[in-house]
Parts: sequence; C-alpha cells; structure tokens
Amino acid sequence: MAVDGKTVRRIGSLARIRIDEDDVDNYVNELNVILGFVEQLNEVDVEGVEPMTSVTPMALRRRPDKVDAGGHADRIVSNAPLSEDDFFMVPKVVE
Amino acid sequence: MTDLTRLSLKETRNGLRARQFSSLEVTSAYLEAIKTGNETLNAYICVEEEIARNQAKKSDERLAAGEAGPLEGVPLGIKDLFATRGVHTQAASHILDGFLPEYESTVTANLWNDGAVMLGKLNMDEFAMGSSNETSYFGPVVNPWRPADDDGSGPALVPGGSSGGSASAVSAMLCAGATATDTGGSIRQPAAFCGVVGIKPTYGRCSRWGIVAFASSLDQAGPLTRTVEDNAMMLTSMAGFDSRDSTSADVPVPDFAAAVERGVKGLSIGIPREYRMDGMPGEIETLWKQGIEWLRDEGARIRDISLPHTRYALPAYYIVAPAEASSNLARYDGVKYGLRVAGKSIDEMYELTRAAGFGREVQRRVMIGTYVLSAGYYDAYYKRAQKVRTLIKRDFEQVFADGVDAILTPATPSAAFAIGDAEMAADPVKMYLNDIFTVTVNMAGLPAIAVPAGKDRQGLPLALQLIGRPFDEETLFAGGRVIERSAGLDLAPGKWWQK
Repeated sequence: MAVDGKTVRRIGSLARIRIDEDDVDNYVNELNVILGFVEQLNEVDVEGVEPMTSVTPMALRRRPDKVDAGGHADRIVSNAPLSEDDFFMVPKVVE
Repeated sequence: MTDLTRLSLKETRNGLRARQFSSLEVTSAYLEAIKTGNETLNAYICVEEEIARNQAKKSDERLAAGEAGPLEGVPLGIKDLFATRGVHTQAASHILDGFLPEYESTVTANLWNDGAVMLGKLNMDEFAMGSSNETSYFGPVVNPWRPADDDGSGPALVPGGSSGGSASAVSAMLCAGATATDTGGSIRQPAAFCGVVGIKPTYGRCSRWGIVAFASSLDQAGPLTRTVEDNAMMLTSMAGFDSRDSTSADVPVPDFAAAVERGVKGLSIGIPREYRMDGMPGEIETLWKQGIEWLRDEGARIRDISLPHTRYALPAYYIVAPAEASSNLARYDGVKYGLRVAGKSIDEMYELTRAAGFGREVQRRVMIGTYVLSAGYYDAYYKRAQKVRTLIKRDFEQVFADGVDAILTPATPSAAFAIGDAEMAADPVKMYLNDIFTVTVNMAGLPAIAVPAGKDRQGLPLALQLIGRPFDEETLFAGGRVIERSAGLDLAPGKWWQK
C-alpha cells in the first residue's frame, strides 16, 4: 500500500497538521519509504495470534470514582496561551 | 583538591557522608564544568544554578545532622522529558514553549526525596523521537568522544538519542548521573555511543507519571551513569510503585547495588543467532565474541538460542510507536499550554500551531501513526503489528522458560556517527536501524542494560547489551559488572572542549 498526494493531504487534516502544498511530494516520498519498510510484516504468519493489549500480565487497577486532586482550576490554566476566569479561550466555534 | 566531577556517583556520595567535601562544593564544581563545556557540547538546555545551590545547602544541613538520604547531595541532570515543577520542561520541542509544570514527575520526586541535587534540564531528541539528538528544537548535542586521530578539524559526532544530552553530560562529567527514558533504545544507544552505562528497566518498574508521553506501552525511565554500580544505586531511587501510573508495577524494589558484585557463575547466558545481522561490522562481531569469553571465564554457561521474530521487531515498532505517539501528541493544540499560532477558525489554529510547533521527524511520525490508525488501515497495519508483538514477546518467554537467565547481544550496529550524516538524513529508515538490537526489548517489556565493552579502531566506545527476565534487573547489574570489570576501559574522554 502506498500513499499519494491526496492521502497525505487527508492524513494532514486528520492529524491537524497544515501541510504546505510544495511539501506534499516530500511527505509522499518519506511516508512511502517508511510504509515500504513495515511492509515486511506481511511475511509473518499471524493466524490465530492474539494482538498484544498489555506488555506485562496485569489487569488495570481500579479506584473509587471520586475526586482526589481537584480544585486547582487556576493552576490548570496557568500555562494556557489565552485564558479568562479559569477558562481556556479558543476562537469562536459556534456561529 | 581533586577534581570532584571525576568521582563516580558512589564516590561522591561516600565522600559527602565522610564530610571530605560538601555538596555545595561538588555542586559548584559541576556548575563550573557546565559553564566551560556546555557551549560546545549543548547537553544542557537549561541550567538551574540557584535551585542547585539551594538544594546543595539543604543537603549539607542534612548531612551535618546525620539525616542523609541514599543520594544526599549528589548533583544530577534531568532529561527535559521529566516534568519538574516550575522548571523548563519542553521535551526539547518548540510546541511546549514556555511551559512550566505545576507538578513534579514521580521519578524526579523520588530522587529529590533521596537527597539528590538538580543541576538542570538535558537536551534530547524532540519528544524522544530520534537516535542522534539532531531533532531537538534546541540544536544537536555533541558527543564528548572524537576519533583518536581527530585534531579538532573533523566533524563532531552525535551522542545518540533520544537521551543524547543525558549521555553526553554524564560522559563529559557535567553531572554525576542523569535521568533518561527509553522507548526503542533511547537510553542504551546513547549509552553505547558515549561510553556510559544505561539500563532500561522492566516496563512498569519506574512510574511514567509526569514524564511527557511518547508511546505509552513502550516508554520507560532509567538512569545513565559512569559505572554499573552507580547505575544500580540510581535506579533503586528512581523505581517504585505509583498509584498515579495505571501500569506501574506493584512489586518491591530491591537494593540493586547489592547485586552488582554477585557474579555470573552458574548463570545460563543465551546468544541469539538472529542478532548476527548481514553486514555487521567486524568490530561489533569481535566485541560480541569477547563478551561471550568474559562471561564464560567467570563461570557462566553459554548457549546458542533462537529468537525467530527478531527481524520483525523494528518494522512492528514503526507502526506501534507512531500510532501511540499520534494519540499522545493530540494534546498539543495551542489551547492548554505552549505555542499557539492564531487562526480564523479553531481547526486552522490547531493546524497552524502543530505545523509550526512540531519538528519534521515528529510530524512524520504523527502522520504515520494517524495513517495506520485510520479507517480501513487499522487491521492491516496496527492490529497486525500488535500480533507480531505478541510473537516477539513469546520468543523471549520460551527462551526464559528454557532456563536462560540473560541474553547477550551488541548494543548498536556501529559506533557514533557524525552530526549531519548525509545518508541518515536522506533516509529515515537508515536512522531507525540504529535501534535494531534494542527495540525488541521495548516490544516485549523486558529490562536490558548497555555497558561499555570496547573501542573501535578510531578509539570510539562500543557497548554490549544484556537482556533479562521481567523484574530481574539484578542479574543485569551483576552481568554488566563482569563486562565492565573484564573490559577495564578508560572511559574519560579527553576534555578537548576546555581549551
């Protein structure tokens, strides 16, 4: 499977990364080199093999569903490029 | 007085306890060494002189009061991937411009609780993606080693990556030890290139809480130090269960240093035939044979073993790691922290921010990850890679069930290469091949140590790797010490940067 310019533009938009039009061909080449490299996985017989979901044999721990570290809105927004009254500010999303 | 920066971590701790010198003295010596060396080496991207001196003074008070912690007063460098409260934490990326965490990572908190002193934050590949430290927003790090016949006119060498700043700083004696992280080889490959010791512990041994995430099922923190014993001491402080990391292992942490002189007598050491790669340089082959001899001479039984899926580890990694990265890095959107590039719509702001904030290698990996997780490709790429990962892990499980205690391999396919290597720059896969011997371990969640074992014909360090059973880092420290002692190398680079 190889990607083309159209696919690169689509992935860029899914990944929310603006791809310059004159950089599309470079991305096509670079991604195809990597996809060509991983192609060899098709040689492996994976019939009946379970995909790995946890690298160590463990069950996810559970904890009571209650707030144990809340009340820090001011600290949470302290690094925001733009905030107001402990809210993150973004461009208008609803007309 | 002797140069305090030349002391090992253990000698430093013991000298402090015996009150032969103060933490303020040794900390000042390191700050001075950083001042002289960092302009050339670029290992630190942030030096915290005031914090370091204040911590050192507090350590001196505790030492005087007889309340010293295990690392009391010992000056360390911290990889920029670890969140340090109120201190530069950017994963060497432009997109985290100005980010000052409101919290401290568990690993660094453990080190401060044990009395360690922070000198500053260390350079690295951006978001830990790279094998040469050339992807850093803060510029490449220089390896303190250079070819024996280089009078300074030759090209500077890379320190390896992603923990390149950590390895360079430890080797150049700009800190007594450093934290690092390893997702596909990022502790062990720079350790090999800079002639220092690095362990990637078992997945779950060190808490990931407060470490900027790259690929969560592979990331693991570990120490870089100048000796095996130093490494064991530092890991003992870093490791431990943490309820804030859902994959942290709730197992006791042994005193790793106690295992260092245990030897390898009676151990069964596996030599995997699949690691004998086509085109492997003769020097690496010779080094490997030498390592086998050393372990045999000390009473280990050597066995040929097979890990049949070895060659598929790297391609599977380049699906799994970018997939996890594309998900983890979705949080950098110009809203919560760091860089923001204004746009007319929220989507335009996201796209412009991420295009400006991420470097090329990071963008490439996020793109690959997004592609292999996208509708219609998930099964063909991601699911297949996770199945191959099961097979890679099974290979190791079978060998260990068969009675093998540890596995000996080369750490890297070559010594350090030049900054700006044209072939690597032109072909991303060539750069990825640096991790060919290390990446299997991350895929299987196992511990592995890289120990300097020789030098190539140019006098540059080369390392061997020992891979262990889950949570059996002790055997790796014991075996690593045998390699270190047998090699008997002088691993202090000439301080050519001091002029």
